[in-house]
Amino acid sequence: MDWGNIIDNALRAFIGIDTVIYALAAIGLNVHFGYTGLLNFGQAAFLAVAAYGLAISVSISGLPFGVGIIVGLLGAVVLAILLGIPTLRLRADYLAIVTIAAAEIFRLIVRSASLRDQTGGSNGLSAFSEGFYSLNPFPKGSYGFGPFVYNERDTWVLLVGWVLIVLASTIVWLLMRSPWGRVIKAVREDEDAVRSLGKNVYAYKMQSLIIGGVLGSLGGFMLALGKGSVQPDLYGTELTFFAYTVLLLGGAARVLGPVIGSALFWLVLSLTDNILNQAIDAGYISSSIINSNQVGQIRFIMVGVALMLLMIFRPQGIFGDRKELALDGR
Amino acid sequence: MRRHAVQAVLVIAGALLALVGVGAAPALADGETVQGALRNSGAPVPGVKITATSAGGFSGTATSDAQGKWVIKVPGPGEYKVALDTKTLPDKVTLRFPERNPFTTTVNGDQTKSVIFAFGKDTRVTESKADQAANRFAQGLRFGLLIALAAVGLSLIFGTTGLTNFAHGELVTLGALVAFFFNSTVGVPLLLAAVLTVIVCGGAGWVQDKGLWGPLRKRGTGLIAMMIISIGLSIALRYTFLFIFGGTTKSYPDAQGATSIGPGPITLTGLDYLSMLISIIVLLGFAYFLLRTRTGKATRAVADNPALSAASGIDVDRVIRIVWIAGGALAGLAGVLLGIAQQVNFQMGFQILLLIFASVTLGGLGTAFGALVGSLVVGIVVEMSTLWIPAELKYVGALAILIIILLVRPQGILGRAQRVG
Repeated sequence: MDWGNIIDNALRAFIGIDTVIYALAAIGLNVHFGYTGLLNFGQAAFLAVAAYGLAISVSISGLPFGVGIIVGLLGAVVLAILLGIPTLRLRADYLAIVTIAAAEIFRLIVRSASLRDQTGGSNGLSAFSEGFYSLNPFPKGSYGFGPFVYNERDTWVLLVGWVLIVLASTIVWLLMRSPWGRVIKAVREDEDAVRSLGKNVYAYKMQSLIIGGVLGSLGGFMLALGKGSVQPDLYGTELTFFAYTVLLLGGAARVLGPVIGSALFWLVLSLTDNILNQAIDAGYISSSIINSNQVGQIRFIMVGVALMLLMIFRPQGIFGDRKELALDGR
Repeated sequence: MRRHAVQAVLVIAGALLALVGVGAAPALADGETVQGALRNSGAPVPGVKITATSAGGFSGTATSDAQGKWVIKVPGPGEYKVALDTKTLPDKVTLRFPERNPFTTTVNGDQTKSVIFAFGKDTRVTESKADQAANRFAQGLRFGLLIALAAVGLSLIFGTTGLTNFAHGELVTLGALVAFFFNSTVGVPLLLAAVLTVIVCGGAGWVQDKGLWGPLRKRGTGLIAMMIISIGLSIALRYTFLFIFGGTTKSYPDAQGATSIGPGPITLTGLDYLSMLISIIVLLGFAYFLLRTRTGKATRAVADNPALSAASGIDVDRVIRIVWIAGGALAGLAGVLLGIAQQVNFQMGFQILLLIFASVTLGGLGTAFGALVGSLVVGIVVEMSTLWIPAELKYVGALAILIIILLVRPQGILGRAQRVG
């Protein structure tokens, strides 16, 4: 087994594109779930709306790249409002069911064969990212040191991704120390108390849903640009559940919780994937027990079990504060 | 004498292998191919010239062999125009759809793409809208009864414990897989397999409550935390099923080859009617249990107000245990019947989970009879909607209804009007 290779891959995964995507998705969820206590199980829809907004504007309508980004962001705002109107007055589990249903509705519609000319059906869309890569200031070549050597394309994607993470985290940090953030946290703790102080709880929840959705949609842009294509099945319910695992691993209601959670999550997944694959190749694990196709399945089983164990034994995650996460009632 | 027989068998087997090897050779080749088999009402059509061309300038030709088969190896993935030379067709054989010649097809990487040219008169019958509607309604009723079996359990679990169980779909899948194991691997007849499955799934419900949810309730874990735990459990179980069962879709040996027995335009098989009958009997039996027996009344009391029923001497833990066993058994039965209706795979339960949620919310969370009404509405809406929208979007209608009902009547059809926010 080539341990050097395994460790190099794991280190690359630590700061890689998946880490960027899930960190952004989880930063948005952190505003919803960690700070406001909203159970949004449709975060995948925010990423999908942004990605499809960009892809359809650029590759179908032929609009410039910048306009595509604006369409994607507006899409996320509209989605938040549409989701919020029927559900924010109701109990938390209703929001959970409606958001997961909305995410599936969106995925089923864009992958429908009858809309193939607009959304590309189940194959999705591509050829919308030239505008992004033409902004790339790095000339052709490879950049980095040690295991972190990337070509100019990957360097550009990762740089933009990490800048977005820093920006999003700063926004969350500033918001949460403002009076607005204190009201949001109070809504999480006791909605009725906030209402009795004359605050419009519904409006605050709606604002939180929009801000978290827009932050999460940045992850959708990174997913679309990093892969160079959008495919409907990448935006299934698993994306949302992975983002929850990332958030709960790092610690909800902490500014850097989602970022550290995401980096660790992909580090561990890369380690186990590579170790299992190499052990199978080297014959340490008989392929009658696990074959290389099944390694990906073990990843999902591990994520599921990790989510359960985290929630049972350490709901505050690595850095969270247990008192901040009194997950009940709503 | 016996040795000769063995030799003969070996020779025949060898010959068969050789034949299969020759026949399979083109399909096993790496890379992309376009292929097909020409058949005119069952008889192969040999000697027909077929040409595949691409915009990139590739052109390949093949002639159908004695079995009517033809294979063209193409240079890579992409779009190909496949044309059949009608001059090489035998006399009196004509294309059924001349407008589909040449036929444009997209070949993906490493794909063996089949292209079909049909011959003879168009024999398809277009059904009248009324016939279609009648058939869809019957299918919807069947589907609704199936969902009801799972939804009643989910609703009662929610009512008695407050848990929104995202892992309920996996109990449905478990039912289908266990029944498949008994029917296919062990070879038990399907009806007996169904009975065994219901027992196993009831046991699985009991194990879940005893091993996971009971202890969590005792620790005072919050409801939201439990909901997220159920999501983790759902992911872990679903991919464990995939790991064990594989990603393919299979059908019960006993359910294969059943033909529709009508009446009229309705395409339900005898087995479908039997499964509807079983659903109705089980649901009626469960309704009797809830309305007339002591334990059933206690269950409804706990669903209504756990604290008050505990104070009036009802053993709440025992009721919850019974609800979990019944919920598991009902979901398992739903899985068996769903497996008959649409074959068995590792994520069949998860695929209908949102429909189960929609039914339960529609009928009113926590009520058993609401779940039944909601399921029938959802089942019929899902199937009837295919009259107007593409079948691949049929679940969208049901989920949209879920969102609309929350706007208009959040407590559901049979739920009591109360503050839910």
